[in-house]
Amino acid sequence: MTATRNLILAALVAVALVLQVSVFSHLAWEGVVPNLALLVVVAGGLVHGAQFGAVLGFAAGLLADLAPPADHVAGRWALALLVAGYVAGRARQDVRPTWGSVMLTVLACSFVGSSVFALSGLVLRDAAVPVLEMLQVIGVGMAWDVLVASIAVPALVVLLHRLSPARAAW
Amino acid sequence: MGWDSLGRERRMRREPGEDRNRASGPLLVALLLACATVMTLDHVGGDDSPLEGPRRVVGEVLGPVESVANQAVEPLTVIPDYFRTRTSLRDDVERLEKENAALLAENRTAGLDRNRLAEYDDLATSAADAGRRLVPARVIAIGPRQSFSRTVTIDAGSSAGITPDLTVVNRDGLVGRVLRVTRTTATVLLVADEQSVVGSRVTSSMEIGFLKGTGEIGDDGTLELDLVDAAAQVVAGDVVTTWGSQGAGPYVAGVPVGTVVSVSSSPRETSRRALVRPFVDFTSLDLVGVVVKGGTRSDRGVLQAEKK
Repeated sequence: MTATRNLILAALVAVALVLQVSVFSHLAWEGVVPNLALLVVVAGGLVHGAQFGAVLGFAAGLLADLAPPADHVAGRWALALLVAGYVAGRARQDVRPTWGSVMLTVLACSFVGSSVFALSGLVLRDAAVPVLEMLQVIGVGMAWDVLVASIAVPALVVLLHRLSPARAAW
Repeated sequence: MGWDSLGRERRMRREPGEDRNRASGPLLVALLLACATVMTLDHVGGDDSPLEGPRRVVGEVLGPVESVANQAVEPLTVIPDYFRTRTSLRDDVERLEKENAALLAENRTAGLDRNRLAEYDDLATSAADAGRRLVPARVIAIGPRQSFSRTVTIDAGSSAGITPDLTVVNRDGLVGRVLRVTRTTATVLLVADEQSVVGSRVTSSMEIGFLKGTGEIGDDGTLELDLVDAAAQVVAGDVVTTWGSQGAGPYVAGVPVGTVVSVSSSPRETSRRALVRPFVDFTSLDLVGVVVKGGTRSDRGVLQAEKK
């Protein structure tokens, strides 16, 4: 069951990355598209906890770093999504996952993920973007993420539960 | 729909003693170190980075998928056009009539623009002389803005004769250059990217400079031209082309890039700076051409200037 789940998650991440660059690019607002890979990672973290979220985030991020047309220093999305997955897993420590709390988690993870990516660029001098523009991109990204997450994340959460019935009782 | 079952699960009891919110410390540290290692390897490695191998493998697999996904949604991208109202069409006609009138007026004052015309003529002949060969390709994926770089994937790769550092153009002008290729796809760095620098020439005065991207695309997107000569005579409206030298990449010479919109100079800086509006609309890139060298073997038709 775990192998099936991991395979399906890998496929989901790959599909998310392709949709992000090839399909949502037609709908992009000033080039900003919903970060679908992040949503898969957040769903993984919500269902299976912080450790799983971090590992899934690292793997998904590494793929995002290598998939064309990415051209930044590899490892930056890996770090960003690792942190986002960890935060998603920690978020539901005392909170019961209601629709609102899940959306808040998505908002927080989107902000943290995009910010970590942007800051790593500043540290590595990979892309010198003015802070104002950075915040604008992060803000629009958060709006996109919540918009798509309102449909996608519940579906993903249900799917992940179906895939691991033994752990469904949380 | 999903929330019904979520609600059901919410009512279930949490298993006692199970705290899966905790992540194991050593694992987290290992993952963070892995991130740092990958970043260091790629950052220090530069063009010969050890990450280029995995990048290519991922590209070989995901490239064709991106191509298929793009083809699948392409018919849907015209849907917004179906919903255009009569009013907006009427507005369009009005706008086009105005544009036509302006163009006609411009045409009647062609004598004033003779110099400009000569420039265009030169450009045209230089293109014909150079006998540019183009491999046609379509843009199949656009990098998200969240990655803060301006790159796209095109559906032509090494089997179409594409290699890194080739110039990419479209019918309007310079698009960018090829960064890396897989068998069926290539990644292109747009000239609008912050990391892009293009040796450029102002055609009216032959002044040279370095054209840098600002990351901004769309209606207000501009490029920054740092002129080498601080006393250069450059005015708004001048055309900027690539400077490059024949055979010495990455940019071939004489490709139109944009027009100067404003010129500024500060006493502190030794060079003058001009803002250039690119001819190419980077927000609606579709069909592009990759300038290949003569004798390139390609699995698709190579476009070539007509011989006189």
